[in-house]
Amino acid sequence: MSRKILLGYDESQSAKSAMAFAISLAKSEGAEVVVAHVLEWSPYSFLTPEELEERHKRRKEEIHRGETALLGPVKEEISKSGIAVSTVLKYGHVVETLCDIIEETGASQVVIGRTGHSSLSARLFGSVAGSLAQASPVPVTIVP
Amino acid sequence: MIKNRTGKLMKNMFKAPLLAALVMLAATASARAQSIDETVNQIFASSTGWFVTLIFSNFPGTTFPWIVAWLVIGATVFTIYFGVIQFRAFPHAIALVKGDYSDPNDAGEVSHFQALATALSGTVGLGNIAGVAVAVGIGGPGATFWMILAGLMGMASKFTECTLGVKYRNEYADGTVSGGPMYYLTKGFEERGLPAGRILAVLFSIFCILGALGGGNMFQSNQAHAQLTNVVGEYPGWITGVIFAGIVFAVIIGGLKSIARVTEKVVPIMGVLYVLTAIVILLLNADQIGWALGQIFEGAFTGLGVAGGFVGALIQGFRRAAFSNEAGVGSAAIAHSAVRTKEPITEGFVSLLEPFIDTVVVCTMTALVIIITGQLISDPTTGLYLLNEGGTSIQTIDGNSGVALTSAAFSANIGGFQYILAIAVILFAFSTMISWSYYGLKAWTFLFGEGVTKEIIFKVIFCIFVVIGAAADLGPVIDFSDAAIFAMAVVNIIGLYFLMPVVKKELNSYMSRLKSGEIKKFH
Repeated sequence: MSRKILLGYDESQSAKSAMAFAISLAKSEGAEVVVAHVLEWSPYSFLTPEELEERHKRRKEEIHRGETALLGPVKEEISKSGIAVSTVLKYGHVVETLCDIIEETGASQVVIGRTGHSSLSARLFGSVAGSLAQASPVPVTIVP
Repeated sequence: MIKNRTGKLMKNMFKAPLLAALVMLAATASARAQSIDETVNQIFASSTGWFVTLIFSNFPGTTFPWIVAWLVIGATVFTIYFGVIQFRAFPHAIALVKGDYSDPNDAGEVSHFQALATALSGTVGLGNIAGVAVAVGIGGPGATFWMILAGLMGMASKFTECTLGVKYRNEYADGTVSGGPMYYLTKGFEERGLPAGRILAVLFSIFCILGALGGGNMFQSNQAHAQLTNVVGEYPGWITGVIFAGIVFAVIIGGLKSIARVTEKVVPIMGVLYVLTAIVILLLNADQIGWALGQIFEGAFTGLGVAGGFVGALIQGFRRAAFSNEAGVGSAAIAHSAVRTKEPITEGFVSLLEPFIDTVVVCTMTALVIIITGQLISDPTTGLYLLNEGGTSIQTIDGNSGVALTSAAFSANIGGFQYILAIAVILFAFSTMISWSYYGLKAWTFLFGEGVTKEIIFKVIFCIFVVIGAAADLGPVIDFSDAAIFAMAVVNIIGLYFLMPVVKKELNSYMSRLKSGEIKKFH
């Protein structure tokens, strides 16, 4: 079984840099890449009655969009480089869910982009990449 | 598509000021002859009186309204039939809400917690603040006892209706769901080969629309206005009405979901703040708690001089409990049916927490604070409560009733609380209106079919009733609100009697699978 590199991916610019880094890393190590995208979701958030009614429909749309518009192109691009690639799309708290995916897939390291969100909110609430670096059970590479 | 929607939104935005202008015009025109508040009041009282009389008529030769007996008997039947399910399933209900039994692969779907929270934001509202004050003001402290009892029993009614709501909901191809009594009355009755399900469903829908306009709307805007005048001073009710109607209009017709979303987030915080404040007040008066409990028990069986004696206390307690937690009414079944679960019964378990939180916790807090802060005046020699001139309700320190009484009780210990309460009242009123506009709309589309124009017609009617509610006197509005909501319960409980064997089958099957370990914990 070859080693697995988990790539945490979203639509940000830094995620693209992270992808490039993961490709070169996978090539040099002969590893395969697992691309993960997590849709932020809490089962304890509050919704209006209309939102409840439409939730199942919206979820299907979100999953469809995530798979076709986001993960599809990435998968194609990575496999062009001759690297074995698979994708995971999940709902949940981003950092916790990424840690779950690490355990499920048995990835030996993680590559994630440093999200370019405003530094103020990142300083107040912490960024995904920063929190992941603290919580991850395997080494994390943060790509700017 | 998006362009089209924006176009519609723009059109609606132009309509809003137009509507406001029309209302203003009507207001100035009638102000010459008579104040608009009085006109609305008179028309309202005279046109709804017969309906109120019908629902609240007493058993011949007694002062006991048949509708109160109807609800109590219903709740008792469900409690016995399901073997005190409200206590047996309580721990399991909490485990379900915590998500212990939720499949992680279903993340992103409506959770038990979310269905409960949304249903609660429709029920925890002014009933808990103003309604309880009305009950205690008329029925005395003893009404609290009956209110708690009704809350505990109502948990079984809620369990029954919400299980059926999920079981017989409609799931459409696009993934949206619609559920509620109108669906289980039609589909459930059909499945069991019973006649008249369709007729019951239509009746329920009519009463649901009236209930949405009454308790879910007019009562809310009425009491929000009462609390506002309490804080900023007297001004005509229709002004509050028009402002409220404008905001409701923006949300339900203009599609400004952001307002609704903010409310949905602030309302739970307000709810927790309200209960915490009540606890602080109770702690400040800790030496009085024993006395207050004594008043509640004594009043429950003697009445302590209130109008109608202990029956008066009982009626008030049951009425307010039913109006506040809506158990047996069928409204919650609409909200709960969107949950993602393979087991309808699980939502039944979760829903039984609703009357508990609403009535047994929140309502009791309000009642205790009113009693403990000594708002009700009693005769020091006899210990009996003194009645007002008409003999209809108990004298209070400042002559307050309804939400003003709660406000006075809370600010007696914590200065300035009336301002926080005013904000809470407005937010509670608003979130309840949004929930009920949805319940009413579901009943409306069940009757008339779905379609943009049909839905807009209902929503506009809903906004107009916001104005009427704020302008009308408390008396006729509360009476009509109660009558409409109880009328829903008449139809719904008939349906529940016929369909409760379905729930029993689900319950037995689930319980045996839970025991055998077939239903497992994920967390």
